[in-house]
Amino acid sequence: MIRFENVGLRYGMGPEVLRDISFNIERGSFHFLTGPSGAGKTSLMRLLFLALRPTRGLINVFGHDAATLSRATLPTIRRRIGVVFQDFRLLDHFTTFENVSLPLRVMGKPEDSYRRDVIELLQWVGLEDRIHAAPSILSGGEKQRAAIARAVIGQPELLLADEPTGNVDPTLARRLLRLFMELHRLGTTVIIATHDIALMDQYDARRLVLNDGRLHIYD
Amino acid sequence: MPRSAVKRMRVRRPVPSGPPKGRSEALEASLRPTAPIVPSLNIPGRALVMVVAIMTFLACLTGVAVLAIRGAADSWQADISRELTIQVMPAEGADIARETEAAAAAAREVAGVRAARVMTDAEMQALLAPWLGTGTDLGDLPVPRLVVVEVDPAAPPDIGRLRDVILARAPHASLDDHQVWQSRLQIMARTLTGAGLAVLALVLAATAMSVVFATRGAMAGNRDVVEVLHLVGAKENFIARQFTHHFFMIGVKGGLAGGAATIIFLALAAWGASQFVATPAGDQIVALFGNLSVGPGAYGAVVATLVVIALLTGLTSRWAVYRFLEVFD
Repeated sequence: MIRFENVGLRYGMGPEVLRDISFNIERGSFHFLTGPSGAGKTSLMRLLFLALRPTRGLINVFGHDAATLSRATLPTIRRRIGVVFQDFRLLDHFTTFENVSLPLRVMGKPEDSYRRDVIELLQWVGLEDRIHAAPSILSGGEKQRAAIARAVIGQPELLLADEPTGNVDPTLARRLLRLFMELHRLGTTVIIATHDIALMDQYDARRLVLNDGRLHIYD
Repeated sequence: MPRSAVKRMRVRRPVPSGPPKGRSEALEASLRPTAPIVPSLNIPGRALVMVVAIMTFLACLTGVAVLAIRGAADSWQADISRELTIQVMPAEGADIARETEAAAAAAREVAGVRAARVMTDAEMQALLAPWLGTGTDLGDLPVPRLVVVEVDPAAPPDIGRLRDVILARAPHASLDDHQVWQSRLQIMARTLTGAGLAVLALVLAATAMSVVFATRGAMAGNRDVVEVLHLVGAKENFIARQFTHHFFMIGVKGGLAGGAATIIFLALAAWGASQFVATPAGDQIVALFGNLSVGPGAYGAVVATLVVIALLTGLTSRWAVYRFLEVFD
């Protein structure tokens, strides 16, 4: 599904933040991406959802070479990837319902066709009482769940979550992990970037460990 | 996660178990109309509407002025081309009165000439009055005699043949077909029309640039929205539509305001001109600029300008959005 070969990344003329990264992500697998702060987890996630291009090396996503992807093709690939951002990236002028339904709206689907699905998903993540709320009045945990709901509403083949439990208490973190496990069991490939060792210990999954820009894999 | 996928799940839901179905329907019914992706408040609307309205007003005025100039020039030219003048110059030993009559008679025989009339002494005296004063005896002065030839505009005579026929009967005559005047009028009309079109082009360019700056500002102000749209897989034309819709509406509002202001201005100008009717000043204005009334041509020019401004606003903002997205990506 995803293949990295000797990928390197540097910002401008700075030092390489990622060096010789090589790995494969199989369809339907579950991965934790971990490492100390500043190790390059977020940069690697940005490479995975094609928000950055590598300085060197080869990235192949869903059979497409990232280096040769045209701007017109990028949206089609991104629709197959759901992303949960560390800072949520919810739009302030939208309600929870509108934020979660945004990926379906940009696909051009009429609201009537997805309204019930979005409400059921919001009930599933426990946000039915916050359906009309703007992000500014949601708690950190509620924002996190809204961001997760937005990432999965389009049934992506790959789900990327950057520190999805970084702003929540351990109980909610466990609930969110269970949510990712359910999605994995439904067939979604999941990559969670986290430095929460307690969270990783709760689920037996492959660990991709970044340290000083280099990747070590523990199956 | 669509309903079908949720239903397929065989494991227990990680959140409180499903509420009654009636609850979903109640929530569905309580949803507000979906908010626009780019909030109107984030677009610098009012100031831009004013800019577009002023530009539309200037563009409409320029268009109407070009139409008035062309109309006046056409009317002058038609008046001049309907008439020719035969001049019979006084010469030693020549009977100028007989030659003048002969020239008029010769002209009448040529096809395409409707009438040829010798100007009377009274008319000649009136023409010369500004220079020579009244009561001049033309018999004492070597002034040419004039014949006014009225031609058929639909089938004008062959000027060369007419000149030959007249010269054969009146050797001291010359034919003035006003070519010099006509060419001068044409040059003046073309120059003024060209200048008007250049002003129109400048106004449209200034409008386009204002829209480009405003679009760039709006895009920069909504950078987070654009970024999220990109990341959830929005195509560029979808993103562009969210912004260009706002700017097209600004173009329509500004265009309508500017067009309405032009019509009011023209109506006031026409009313003002009507106050000077039958006065020397009014006659001079009408002679120079024609009637400043809001006729169908002026309405057409205003509507055409309005449409062009609205389209220009929409298309320019679309171009600016694509340029921004190109750099953004």
